[in-house]
Amino acid sequence: MSNALGLEVKTIVETPPEEVERVKEWINTEEYKEKNFARQALVINPAHACQPLGAQLAAHGFEGTLPFVHGSQGCASYYRSTLNRHFREPAPAVSDAMTEDGAVFGGQNNLHEGLENANALYKPKMIAVFTSCMPEVIGDDLTAFIKNAKQKGFVPKELPVPYANTPSFSGTHINGYDSMLLSILQNLTEGKQIEGRCTGKLNLIPGCDFNTGDYREYKRILEAFGIPYTVLADISDSFDSPCDGDYHIYAGGTKLEDAADSINCKATIAIGSYSTAKTFGWLKDNFSGKHASLPMPMGIGKTDAFIMKVAELFGKDVPASLKNERGRAVDAITDTHQYIHGKKFAVYGDPDYLLGYVSFLLEVGARPHHILCSRGNKKVEKDLQALLDSSPFGQGGKIYMNKDLWHLRSLLMTDPVDAIIGDSHGKFAARDAKVPLFRFGFPVFDRVNKHRYPLIGYQGAINMMTEICNKFIDIKDDTCEDRQFELMR
Amino acid sequence: MSDKIRKVEGITKESTEALIAETLAVYPEKAKKKRAPHLGANDPASGSACVKSNKKTVPGVMSARGCAYAGAKGVVWGPIRDMVHVSHGPVGCGWYSWGTRRNMMSGITGVTSFPMQFTSDFQEKDIVYGGDKKLKTLLEEAHDLFPLAKGISVLSECPVGLIGDDINSVAKQSAKDLDIPIIPCNCEGFRGVSQSLGHHISNDTIRDFIIGTREYPEPESPYDIALIGEYNIGGDAWSTKPLLEECGFNVKAVWTGDGELEKIAATHKVKLNVIHCYRSMNYMCKVMEEKYGIPWVELNFFGPTKIRNSLRQLAALFDDTIKAKVEAVIAKYDPIMQAVIDEYKPRLDGKKVMLLVGGLRPRHTIGAYEDLGMECVGSGYEFAHTDDYDRTAPEMPDATVVYDDPAEYEFEKFAGALKPDLIGSGIKEKYVFQKMGVPFRQMHSWDYSGPYHGYKGFEVFARDVDMAINSPTWQLVKAPF
Repeated sequence: MSNALGLEVKTIVETPPEEVERVKEWINTEEYKEKNFARQALVINPAHACQPLGAQLAAHGFEGTLPFVHGSQGCASYYRSTLNRHFREPAPAVSDAMTEDGAVFGGQNNLHEGLENANALYKPKMIAVFTSCMPEVIGDDLTAFIKNAKQKGFVPKELPVPYANTPSFSGTHINGYDSMLLSILQNLTEGKQIEGRCTGKLNLIPGCDFNTGDYREYKRILEAFGIPYTVLADISDSFDSPCDGDYHIYAGGTKLEDAADSINCKATIAIGSYSTAKTFGWLKDNFSGKHASLPMPMGIGKTDAFIMKVAELFGKDVPASLKNERGRAVDAITDTHQYIHGKKFAVYGDPDYLLGYVSFLLEVGARPHHILCSRGNKKVEKDLQALLDSSPFGQGGKIYMNKDLWHLRSLLMTDPVDAIIGDSHGKFAARDAKVPLFRFGFPVFDRVNKHRYPLIGYQGAINMMTEICNKFIDIKDDTCEDRQFELMR
Repeated sequence: MSDKIRKVEGITKESTEALIAETLAVYPEKAKKKRAPHLGANDPASGSACVKSNKKTVPGVMSARGCAYAGAKGVVWGPIRDMVHVSHGPVGCGWYSWGTRRNMMSGITGVTSFPMQFTSDFQEKDIVYGGDKKLKTLLEEAHDLFPLAKGISVLSECPVGLIGDDINSVAKQSAKDLDIPIIPCNCEGFRGVSQSLGHHISNDTIRDFIIGTREYPEPESPYDIALIGEYNIGGDAWSTKPLLEECGFNVKAVWTGDGELEKIAATHKVKLNVIHCYRSMNYMCKVMEEKYGIPWVELNFFGPTKIRNSLRQLAALFDDTIKAKVEAVIAKYDPIMQAVIDEYKPRLDGKKVMLLVGGLRPRHTIGAYEDLGMECVGSGYEFAHTDDYDRTAPEMPDATVVYDDPAEYEFEKFAGALKPDLIGSGIKEKYVFQKMGVPFRQMHSWDYSGPYHGYKGFEVFARDVDMAINSPTWQLVKAPF
């Protein structure tokens, strides 16, 4: 029997319960894992977003800056709501709302009208333009468009309008962050290099980091050193602003004049060699002073390296307060190592975060067992492998490059671990595997205030240790027999 | 239709028009001309729209709108629980719309329900060489890994349409090869002016690929209905479906909250379609009416007054058996609802609310606020059409401001002038107003609460509104020094 459309008409048949049961068991098997890992085309639950999201994050890191999406309007709403949900803060950004006719005629008219309106309504000090898929596919020429916009007076000539191509079909949000940041710095520092001038400052680039606590922690450490600094792309006040009855559309960010003068610095440290690769590559040839690219200072060892680098660049001794802080963090770790020792972890996330998690776990005696990155390359893999090889606790750890959270689920079901570190999206796999998920990445949609607690620095190490060990103790308390339930833990 | 024209103290046509003019003053001339017809003072007596709608968003103004893909994936297709929904194109769109709408699902994840993110994760080479081959492989893999999935939807993102891929022929061939329904949905985000076109496109794909392809195994009854435009946000359908069943109806299918593909496919067999979200699914009601002669009725399940009216409206279309059951249900819940009102109304009476939501709730929820003694002093939509604004006119008090696809700038200006005690809008607006110390509830996602539909929902809604407005935390906003 067929219907008017020529489609076959069938009577609804419910799936038999025993068949449901069979499949339910089957998806936890080794056989299923192999089938799952044989996937060539389908991606399921990826742990990464697209470039423009990172571009918007970078844009929010500068004073008075309005992020401007050149492309379809839905994209802007997606980036904004993602940032809203993670930070529980406003994320003002506009788009130029390209539609079908943009596909035919290009997006120049939208861009021009959009710049004019955005400037009139929101009075930004800078408009940071980045692209979503549509103009990238049709090949809009941003250089010409923006030049024309200024020539025709849609925006004042003196208004900085840096722009970045951030195609969603290559890389992830970390690459968009990198491209936007590079463009902003190139724009603001152009012609600002003064022969013989040195600001005496350190430029610190925190990288594509969605934890406002980290930014505050960097600043605290540098203040302890007594070093003058500029944090470039400083989102700490943009995404952690006071609730005092007034809304400020531009709540924070690096001062534009400081960013402009950053080219005359004494030194620059870029954190996260993956999310600042392009930016660092450019600035080391163009900025005065010394330059260093460092991994995220997660855990004691990586924090030590960061502190020593700062001390070296400025010829300073490490201040007593930081030495004490280190000691207190080590005290916190040694006091609690027994609750984490030998525990197996699955970790996933952006390359820079991953390197941080793994190095922290190794130094506290935990075992990073499944290390998964849903968009990375051979270099990331090599860096991670070198970390694993550096410690007996890294033995048996395996790296899964360009694999997603559905692959992770297969790993968890066939080769179990004690806990997972990642973002909120891992909660489904964690529930099926009946292990805790520590939400240290991005995004965190289902827990509160996580972005306010630093993960970097000595304080970050204490925070991670506290959260992990207390959870393991909770589990023990929740699951032990009555006779094993005791006051002491 | 509300019985009488309500007025809000201090709001007149003149005051609203002055507010609009003042708000538009900052715009460049061209944009001002574009925006002006989208802002107006309500005229309930006219029963017709006081603003233009469903037009292109003005570039650069910070609109709250989404896109056609969002309407197709997030709203219409996504909630069907027993299908694999593929976000076809680059990684972002699917990732951003993954689990954020709160359309809840029964079933076993990865076995019988699929609240996951499936994507073809386009890379540069897919843009250059096209993604059709990849799609074919992907469909095989999905079928292989999820054998109990009843079908697959392919929801295209911007690049797919721009590079000239032919997902329709891939879907057609693969549906034959794999012997499951595969529905291609050309819902690229650049199409149309908002989510709304995505709803329409999705409705059309249900029409073209799904409806009439299944039949219910159990015998027909005169009380067979379908619940259309109910998306189970925060468990809404788990409040409305049992309520309709309590009234004596067999709810054969829910479109599409916690929905099942095959039950949706057999909806042409029901006797009546009950539609809640008119904006996103009236197309299909009209199709089923034309094609299968199924009548449809628009109902409102927000707040006891509207529920009571809706149930009686429904009963009027059926026999005495249903009429008696409906009256019994109303009699059962009236005292329960009165107790809720007695608890919260004293604290909410006279409070003002402003709304900016999608395509239904800016009018549909007004009755629920009024049940609590509140008044709506401004309302507007992201993606409504003229017929929605026609339906809004009688629901809102006289001369209150109506805004279509407002810029955040406009919404802030209006709120600043009208000083509402509560704003009901979306996540992008929430923290802006909370910084100002204005209580806020997300009215897209029920702010991680719910249900809000049905009798069960009203209890939760009333509690949440009271919690927002009367939280002592707002007293802390102003420092004493």
